[in-house]
Amino acid sequence: MLTGKAFKFGNDISTDHIIPGKYAYLRSNLPELAKHVMEDADPTFASRVKQGDFIVGGNNFGLGSSREHAPLVIKMAGVKAILAKSVARIFFRNAINLGLPVLVCDTDNIRDGDELEIDLQSGVISNKSNGKRLTFGKIPIVMLNILDEGGILPYIEKHGDFKL
Amino acid sequence: MQIKLSCKSIILILRSKFGRDLYGVGIIVGKTIAEIILSAKSGNVAHASDIVVAQIDLAFVQDTTGPLTVRQFRAGRFKKIASSLKAAVFLDHVAPSQSREMSNDHILLRDFARQTGALITEVGDGVCHQLVAESLAKPGDLIVGTDSHTVTAGGLGAFACGMGSSDVAIALGLGKTWFRVPETFLVELKGKFSEGVYAKDLILYIIGKIGAGGATYKALEFGGDGVSEMNMSQRLTVSNMVVEAGAKVGLFPSDEATRRFLTEQGRTDHYKPIVADSDAIYQKIIEINMGDLEPMVAKPHTVDNVVSVKEIAGTKVQQVSIGTCTNGRLEDIELVARILKGKQRYPDTRLIIAPASRDILVAATKAGYIGTLLEAGAAILPPGCGSCLGLHQGVLGDGESCFSTANRNFKGRMGSAEAFVYLGSPATAAATAIRGEITDPREFL
Ligand code: SF4
Repeated sequence: MLTGKAFKFGNDISTDHIIPGKYAYLRSNLPELAKHVMEDADPTFASRVKQGDFIVGGNNFGLGSSREHAPLVIKMAGVKAILAKSVARIFFRNAINLGLPVLVCDTDNIRDGDELEIDLQSGVISNKSNGKRLTFGKIPIVMLNILDEGGILPYIEKHGDFKL
Repeated sequence: MQIKLSCKSIILILRSKFGRDLYGVGIIVGKTIAEIILSAKSGNVAHASDIVVAQIDLAFVQDTTGPLTVRQFRAGRFKKIASSLKAAVFLDHVAPSQSREMSNDHILLRDFARQTGALITEVGDGVCHQLVAESLAKPGDLIVGTDSHTVTAGGLGAFACGMGSSDVAIALGLGKTWFRVPETFLVELKGKFSEGVYAKDLILYIIGKIGAGGATYKALEFGGDGVSEMNMSQRLTVSNMVVEAGAKVGLFPSDEATRRFLTEQGRTDHYKPIVADSDAIYQKIIEINMGDLEPMVAKPHTVDNVVSVKEIAGTKVQQVSIGTCTNGRLEDIELVARILKGKQRYPDTRLIIAPASRDILVAATKAGYIGTLLEAGAAILPPGCGSCLGLHQGVLGDGESCFSTANRNFKGRMGSAEAFVYLGSPATAAATAIRGEITDPREFL
């Protein structure tokens, strides 16, 4: 069970919002890079986010570049899951590969600052602030298995190959 | 533009309900280009929505995503790159390096290439996607790269898609990875471009119509008579930008134009024809009369915020950037030189041009285009990504506007989050450089 506060963002949050290309030179210095997480969407986010919180987006979250640093800095900020109405393909795969759950659901029922409780097993999100219950879309089984192992590296280390 | 549900999509709907049983009851359906390639590479009959593990032909990284790939490769305790694939490292995004940190990343990548035998390019060689198209990608190949514009090689009929560093690290080590076989939207092109309208206008038009998420997880396949009218440079421009509509790949058939291009590159032996089966199933068919198109512009801050040049003409810009993996090819530079010949850039508008590869710069120099551009007041950058990613070589300041031939105009993309990026064709960029405001290129043709 995951519990935390929602940080709500709009539609089309790109990888440039999450971690702008102009910081590419910091990518081998992850702690420094992580200070700029979500900077071009909300410059106050990095200082307000707490361990266990959630990022909640609208449509097409994570569009843009293939930089895995985008979900990586989000994970480093302590975010435990990303919720969005739809998620860009590469970002989705990258987040799962890092063991960061991405849940596709109707985020219109979540406002900034709402307290959420997420049950990954049963697929239910409870919004403690308005009493609403949401369900999220199924994650493909191959991704669920990767998520279960905590990411793609531990998955491959354990299985040595992809098990379909 | 017309969007219609293909009658064959009924089979697709049935199939998603009944799964493979549909084949079990004897209904045989043809394959899209994506399905043809993923079938061949997985050794299975692969149809849309299947998950397959497939052998990779080429895996590559660039200098901003490569260092993490190397770290993940090492963390995965891989000792060497799988012998079944080709591996390449491109120093292109921040090359020459703008900082000590970036230089150290370049050192790390050079060491990795030396240790593993991966191919490596150097500062000034050009943008990864252009170099992949020029000398590595073959029709029918399965290609992954740690850059979202890896889709560019779809112009040659290769299933090429962008992935993150961990995925590519695993692909390098194992020689394969998993794919969900995408459903395909067919873009049926009819007729040909009218004067002043180019491949960039076509793809901007498509993205404007279907939206930045309009093809998420899908393959976009280009077909119809109009395709044979398009040369490789135009095809690469279109495939390059399919990811801006969320697509996983953007595939052109491999045909006469592909053979011609490969021959020009001295690798005729890499040619093989690839076309979709005539009874392939498309989830959607999008028909476009190319003759109806006009010069288009994507306004800040999303690529699907598309209008015709007419609607936005007169918008002042302080910078014009020409180049990138979208529009830095010889045909683009030739066109820009033709428009700028004997003219000057607008005094308050700087003009920055980065050819996409060394070969292009050499050819453009020999043909006299570079001289023309310099005389017109342009600054020429070394082949590479140039100002595209907002880190060096043309970073925008607060409140500035730039007209760029690149593929992205996200907030903060070219530096300041307070800047504005407009996207359009090289011809529109050249006309805009002359006037200092967004200008219809047809006024100069
Ligand atoms: S030119 Fe721009 S879009 Fe193309 S690979 Fe380089 S940074 Fe990416």
